[in-house]
Amino acid sequence: MSPTVRLQEMIRVIRSARTQGEERGVIQKECATIRAQFRQADNGGRSHNLAKLLYVHMLGYPAHFGQMECVRLIASPRYNEKRVGYLGAMMLLDENQDASLLITNSIKNDLSHSSPYVQSLALCTLACMGSSEMCRDLAPEIDRLLRNSSSYIKKKATLCAVHMVRKVPELGELFTPAARSLLAEKNHGVLHGAVILITELCERNTQTLVQFREVVPELVHIMRGLVTSGYSPEHTVAGISDPFLQVATNTDSSKTAGSAVLYETVLTVMDIKSESGLRVLAVNILGRFLLNNDRNIRYISMTSLQKIVITDHNAVQRHRGTIVDCLKDQDASLSLALVSSINIRSMMKELLLFLSTCPPELKSHAASGIFNAAESIALCSAGGDVRDETVPNLIQLITSASQLHCYTVHKLYRALVGDISQ
Amino acid sequence: MRFLLLFNRQSKLRLQKWFTAVSEREKRKVIRDMTVLVVGRPPRSCNFIDWRDLKIVYKRWLHHGGPHGPLLLVIPLVAGAGRYASLYFCVGLEEQDNELLGLEVLHRYVELLDKYFGNVCELDIIFNFEKAYHILDEFLMGGEVVETSKTDLALSIEEADVLQEVQWTITY
Repeated sequence: MSPTVRLQEMIRVIRSARTQGEERGVIQKECATIRAQFRQADNGGRSHNLAKLLYVHMLGYPAHFGQMECVRLIASPRYNEKRVGYLGAMMLLDENQDASLLITNSIKNDLSHSSPYVQSLALCTLACMGSSEMCRDLAPEIDRLLRNSSSYIKKKATLCAVHMVRKVPELGELFTPAARSLLAEKNHGVLHGAVILITELCERNTQTLVQFREVVPELVHIMRGLVTSGYSPEHTVAGISDPFLQVATNTDSSKTAGSAVLYETVLTVMDIKSESGLRVLAVNILGRFLLNNDRNIRYISMTSLQKIVITDHNAVQRHRGTIVDCLKDQDASLSLALVSSINIRSMMKELLLFLSTCPPELKSHAASGIFNAAESIALCSAGGDVRDETVPNLIQLITSASQLHCYTVHKLYRALVGDISQ
Repeated sequence: MRFLLLFNRQSKLRLQKWFTAVSEREKRKVIRDMTVLVVGRPPRSCNFIDWRDLKIVYKRWLHHGGPHGPLLLVIPLVAGAGRYASLYFCVGLEEQDNELLGLEVLHRYVELLDKYFGNVCELDIIFNFEKAYHILDEFLMGGEVVETSKTDLALSIEEADVLQEVQWTITY
């Protein structure tokens, strides 16, 4: 019987258990068999036993006795056994287990294996659970692969290098020269990885950043190429100034993918110290997002605007109207928070109207938002008038919503304590 | 990207991928939190949730006729009859990650599964979880996307499968 059928048979048996207790019984029996088989010599069924154990592990049962079996299978010359062994390693071993160090040597050998699929297994596992020591040990191997291998392996090696740099930042120096030359690759997968690697390198080391500044025109060129030839939405390329204008104005945001690119552009513009023109453009894009039918896009634009309003107050003001309209949306808790941060005075009326018509769960959010705003305004002199107008209205509304009572009293008390002259 | 999880409405885990080192106990806790958080979302909320220091992006796929039916990417307007089972895909993103791209990643993964299994359903993922992992590992590595081309990826999986079959028949 082929091993997959036996695994599937076990899965079927487990699924047909009617109670948790029955399931536990079945699994305990299976685990006992698997354990016994692990102890035996090579009996031809090793890979499917481990697969069974992995299934059981996913259901939440302990499986640590399989760790050594993973190590053994990884060292096997047979691809199918290696595959399960590596999968097991990714699921059962992490850097905190002693057994993980034992696979370092196997990984090292497999990185130079003649079959790219074996190399890929090793790379993937290393990128998934490689500890700092493993990374330090194997970094030269990865560097070698970055310079000299097929695109298939290069793209994986690049991401493995990214993992290594995240784990052991000093390795960044080792990878910098190779990273530079990777930008010349045509393969999208490799380019994508290369950009991520370069971003990581620059983030950790300002000197590297200076080095890579000269690379920017190259990146811009690549990006232009992507934009004009029809882009693939998963590309997130870092660049400065001009290309963003191009992408931002030419990208069709009617599909989510286009919006994702636009959003990324906005994020980047905000992150780097761009000139005010670009920032206004970014805010306008976010404003457009607010009108989008897709709820997700409205959500992210609101979260971003919240962050931006601190620095670019005026630009966000322009979109006040749209933000208020969003209050009518069902999932309005965010827009409330946003509204409270920007000029409240003129919007008090609308806010109060909202408070009286919104569903009860949101009332507390709304009330707290309005209170926060009122408190912040109360600090400036003219704010006193606002308080006087709105307080009676608020009180009226709140008396009609009993859940708010104790909350309101609490808040009022705090306000009074902080502002005794009133 | 910190993790990727797949679970059904009954909170049964179908797939888990962790991109950082996390203890078993912490994993169990995160899985528990995610299942409660995601399954409990009201029907018309957006697909992003703020949780701890992460952004959770999730997508719910409905399939008609219980676990046997294909995963539909669009909810059909069928009145009344027919059971619907849900499968939830969710990723935990870091602060600086782009949520919309996270959604795209989930979409792409479902497409890949669909292409491989042909009208994939939950049972396919249950009984062939190794394959689901192999596909995931060709698509994502260390929390980043490895290959953006669907065709190239499908080709690599096919060739690796052939290698696996050949090796198996030779030795046994």
